[in-house]
Amino acid sequence: MQAVLLIDFGSTYTKVTIVDLAREEIIGTAQAGTTIETNIMDGLKAALTQIPEPLEGWNFVRKLACSSAAGGLKMIASGLVKELTAEAARRAALGAGARVLQVFSYELTTQDLDKIISSQPDILLLAGGTDGGNKEVLLKNAEMLSRLTIRLPVVIAGNKVVSEQAADILRKQHDPVVVSENVMPELGVLSVESARLAIRDVFFTHIIKAKGLDKAEEFLERIMMPTPAAVLSAAELLAQGHGSERGMGEMMIVDVGGATTDVHSIAKGDPSKPSVMLKGLPEPFAKRSVEGDLGMRYSSEALVETAGRRLFNYLGWTDDKVAYQLGLCKEDPWRIPQTQDETKFDVAMGRMAVSLAVDRHVGTLEVVYTPFGATYVQHGKDLTQLPVVIGTGGVLLYHPDASEILRGAVFNPEEPTILKPQKAHFYLDKEYILAAMGLLREVAPQVALRMMKKYVIKL
Amino acid sequence: MEQKTLVLGVIGSDVHAVGNRILDFAFTQAGFKVINIGVLATQEEFIHAAIETNADVLLVSSLYGHGEMDCRGLREKCQETGIGNILMYVGGNLVIGKQDFESVRERFLDMGFNRVYPPGTMPESPIADLRRDLGI
Repeated sequence: MQAVLLIDFGSTYTKVTIVDLAREEIIGTAQAGTTIETNIMDGLKAALTQIPEPLEGWNFVRKLACSSAAGGLKMIASGLVKELTAEAARRAALGAGARVLQVFSYELTTQDLDKIISSQPDILLLAGGTDGGNKEVLLKNAEMLSRLTIRLPVVIAGNKVVSEQAADILRKQHDPVVVSENVMPELGVLSVESARLAIRDVFFTHIIKAKGLDKAEEFLERIMMPTPAAVLSAAELLAQGHGSERGMGEMMIVDVGGATTDVHSIAKGDPSKPSVMLKGLPEPFAKRSVEGDLGMRYSSEALVETAGRRLFNYLGWTDDKVAYQLGLCKEDPWRIPQTQDETKFDVAMGRMAVSLAVDRHVGTLEVVYTPFGATYVQHGKDLTQLPVVIGTGGVLLYHPDASEILRGAVFNPEEPTILKPQKAHFYLDKEYILAAMGLLREVAPQVALRMMKKYVIKL
Repeated sequence: MEQKTLVLGVIGSDVHAVGNRILDFAFTQAGFKVINIGVLATQEEFIHAAIETNADVLLVSSLYGHGEMDCRGLREKCQETGIGNILMYVGGNLVIGKQDFESVRERFLDMGFNRVYPPGTMPESPIADLRRDLGI
């Protein structure tokens, strides 16, 4: 049997998936606590032993992994104008699967440098200026960063005219310094692919080792990418298809976790109605957004606060009752609901997290009154016609009523300017395999695609 | 000779797209690099575009008569954001009603615009002015 071992070193759990390549089936999945403090291999072995080994022993033809352990890929991005190159840099970092700790705009100050030191990013992404546009900011920020007392990997994705010059300045202090293409080569044109690849490259040549994950690489071939990048890659494959194997078309994937809620959309998001004008920075076809204040456990307090009345109205509970349930979540992040009330609370929290995260992910429609009547201006993606919404992440997998939670992703007629899907079908990543399939895509894209189509079930 | 960069747009809640296209074409033909931010452009969009592209000129159009309200404070915002010396041209149907154009021109010059063009101006005249003002 030709088996492939796929591993996701998560922040809390190490998840393994073993796939039979020829039969395109999952042989087994298991998870155990991630052991970053001791040896990352301990957790992996603990997970692996849970899957019964065949008599002739495992014959792994490939062993691939992704990781969000040890804090994930932490990045700081910087650009010139907040809404333009700084925003483009942020999106490039998110698309590369990073946790974006901070985004700076304009010239970096000494206070900004202090913030960089205290937040300890893994990679800095430096942008600024369109190609042939502003040159000063990239050079000045490179100069500023070369005064840092710590050594960091830097990816430069700014004005191409001065990128090499900025790289030379940075190399006095930092290593590696990689030049990619500009995240905004022309005004209003977003081009994140090159920066994404450069970040991924630095991730597996430098970051893995810096985080002590290289111990696993003696056993594995390679830790390919950060986990969110694997999920985004799987989503792209599942949406677009591969060769003769068709994909499912444009889609959204919502991942509700303990600390964050991630939303991925693989869609163009052009206006669905005539005479709507698009404004603002264009969005990537494969877009990822991360909401750090919307999580089921670590960020539960922030979620209750953000959801506010919506949560209370949904539950119909008193303040005290909500506070009591919230206390339980905070006390024990691993808690699995025991009582009916706990289940109800978790469903409500999941629903709010999905609803708010999708609100922020999708575009908005604004009515502008002109002397010629009302005109519509769209910012971001119009996902009203999106046919597919896929749920993944703990709360959705372990709850009997995943669609009730996913319904938070649906268009609300009371908020018609928020362009959420109006008539999407819900699917569930029942076996929790999306990250693994993003990895499998690297070696067997057709198989990964067919397996997703088999194991992602319709609700 | 380095190509000069212009930010072109129709300011405010104005949706006149045809003239905007014509100006884009005319200035591009004349050898300028045109950053066209299109219609419904806010003051901030003009400024942000100019900062990122290191533009030399803001070319502001207004066709719907609210130009005076929409343009007020633009120079001050440029100063605040570090591009206070950028050239600013404005043209179109800047005000409503039959007003004496000289008084309109005065008002816009007071707002900090370098050149103000009356309705019906052909692109040739601002192009000639640009060459003069930019020393090319």
